[in-house]
Amino acid sequence: MLPDLLIALTMLSNFSLVATSRVSKAIQFAVLQGVLLGLMPLAMGLGRHFHIVLLAVAAVTVKGWLIPFLFRRALKQVHIQREVDPYIGYTVSLMLCALGTGLSLLLAHNLPLKPGTEYVLMVPASLATLFTGFLLLVSRRKALTQVVGYLVLENGIYLFGLLLVEDMPALVEAGILLDLFVGIFVMGIVINHIRVAFDSTDTRHLAELKD
Amino acid sequence: MAWLLILVPLLAAALAFAVSSPTLRAWILPAVGVLHLGLLLAALGGWRTLPINAWFGLDALGGWVLLVISVLFCICAFYAPAYLALRPERDHRVLSTCLLGFLGLASLLAQARHPGIAWVAMETTTLVTAPLIYFNHNRRSLEATWKYLVIGSVGIALALLGTLFIAYAAHMGGLEEPLRYTRLMENASLLSRPWLRAGFVLTLVGYGTKMGLAPLHTWKPDAYGETPGLVGALLAGGVTSCAFLALLRIYGVVAAAGEGAFARELLVAFGMLSMAWALVFMIRQTDIKRLLAYSSVEHMGILVFGIGIGGLAAKFALFHLAANALVKSVLFLSAGNIHRSYASKQLPFVTGALRRTPVSGWLFLLGFLAITGMPPFAPFLSEFSIASGALGTGHLASGAAFLVLLGGIFLAMSETVVKVVFGTPSAQRVRTPYKDAPATTAPLIAALALALVLGIWMPRPLQAMLDQASTTAEGALSARLEVRP
Repeated sequence: MLPDLLIALTMLSNFSLVATSRVSKAIQFAVLQGVLLGLMPLAMGLGRHFHIVLLAVAAVTVKGWLIPFLFRRALKQVHIQREVDPYIGYTVSLMLCALGTGLSLLLAHNLPLKPGTEYVLMVPASLATLFTGFLLLVSRRKALTQVVGYLVLENGIYLFGLLLVEDMPALVEAGILLDLFVGIFVMGIVINHIRVAFDSTDTRHLAELKD
Repeated sequence: MAWLLILVPLLAAALAFAVSSPTLRAWILPAVGVLHLGLLLAALGGWRTLPINAWFGLDALGGWVLLVISVLFCICAFYAPAYLALRPERDHRVLSTCLLGFLGLASLLAQARHPGIAWVAMETTTLVTAPLIYFNHNRRSLEATWKYLVIGSVGIALALLGTLFIAYAAHMGGLEEPLRYTRLMENASLLSRPWLRAGFVLTLVGYGTKMGLAPLHTWKPDAYGETPGLVGALLAGGVTSCAFLALLRIYGVVAAAGEGAFARELLVAFGMLSMAWALVFMIRQTDIKRLLAYSSVEHMGILVFGIGIGGLAAKFALFHLAANALVKSVLFLSAGNIHRSYASKQLPFVTGALRRTPVSGWLFLLGFLAITGMPPFAPFLSEFSIASGALGTGHLASGAAFLVLLGGIFLAMSETVVKVVFGTPSAQRVRTPYKDAPATTAPLIAALALALVLGIWMPRPLQAMLDQASTTAEGALSARLEVRP
């Protein structure tokens, strides 16, 4: 089935995300995930509802076009290619990601689904993606990779939201997408200020404030 | 009226961005503050039943929180022109725009009748307040802004997941969107329990991060420490109140579903942990603004502790929201004045504030006494009532721990405050031209006076509103329909 395939691809891209050291690759995987999830409602056969099609178009536009545009601009400004010397290495990250995925399956097993729900993989995949986002946020040094982590975290939440896509008010969905876009926009501005002030976007420099 | 409360500050924000004269722009703040407060008081004028399918509207709970924020905004706004005149080197276009934007979004949040809308408003509040922290444009404020943005965004993302979990709980129970608070509370018994509980835990963690409950408060000392006192006051009393309201709305649904006992245990635990954590970091704290930030962590703990105890304590937790906001504005603004005068906010450089800046020194001292529970200021009334609420309902251990923590915090805070206000200013320290003037002290005196009055006497309409707000917060169905226009 197409939705299950898309969910499986999303989960696979989680592993690619934590395994890559190239920042541009990480961005591409996060964007790919966003587009796959944006298309999900259509794959779920909800194309007959006008507002859902509209939301899918909006989601793909924001996640597949606007956000990559912001990332490309930021990459040009900060001139970084690789995540050097992350707090948690790539092999350990991969193992943690696998562990997180396993735990997500276990956790989702304990949460009941509405009888008749077709997409049993949705909840564990959502939790696993959420966990991957967290992992990227805490294990990487570059501010830009941390933003990628935030985007992946949001992808995980979006995946859960798909369970409710049929009756979620369009106003709320639109607000969430707008906030995601503005959030990444503001983070991009701050990253540029960090680059100017520290001549680097390594968050190691951001450790002056403490008790 | 509902829309005016949101649109007036947002339009004023656009205006502030367009105006090129810094003096004129600074005066937009108090003008809009007064206008907003006037509109709000007019809106709170008479009871009326709000249609059950309204998307926006003020009920007693939202009205109470917005009233606190609006009064706090006025205090800060009247302080702003004189403060910004002291900082001619810093352009305040973004600051003024974001301050006004925050007021508009707080009005949106207070009136939102749907958890999704409330979430969107809360997230946007985070985004508009981030530039405020970067006002000083130096490395330290940049670090604080980044932490605020990243930790805040992750927290708020978890709150979104929690909100979706609760929507799924309703979906399983056969409820259909739009899941406004009224519908959720009315049909709370249908909600699926595992999803509801998991959703509450996630929203508590998420909105708790925005409130700054320990151990999710790590952004707070940095953000409050590096930002002007003006912004610190608004963050500590305004943004945190917004997050508290968003959390209370969810708590109301959980309590209406009969899962209140589960939620209350978590709230009490988070409250105690926040107070204890704050106490540890207040001991020998040398930075006065970071000290106030930990005091804010403590008072967020008191708020959720009071709600967790329930009944009388819950009512006075809501009262404490106002008491804390008023006294925190006195503390942050006077600390800002002291910072201006000494060009430092650190011990041992800042000593003898009573001699160098007598008015701000006294205000800082009185603010400290008020916030730590000295009668007859308002925080005494709320802290005393929360403690007696806890002891009176059989929560002997937590009530006693609450009192011990308050005592410890008084001692820990007093050590730093005594060094700051008493003693002699060190002679080597460069003297800045700053002197206390009516423009930088009068708003603080007004705030302290208000905290004093509320500690002694509460006007009858406010009393009624507070009663209504606390029953709504606790998920009572009877209170549901009495909504203000």
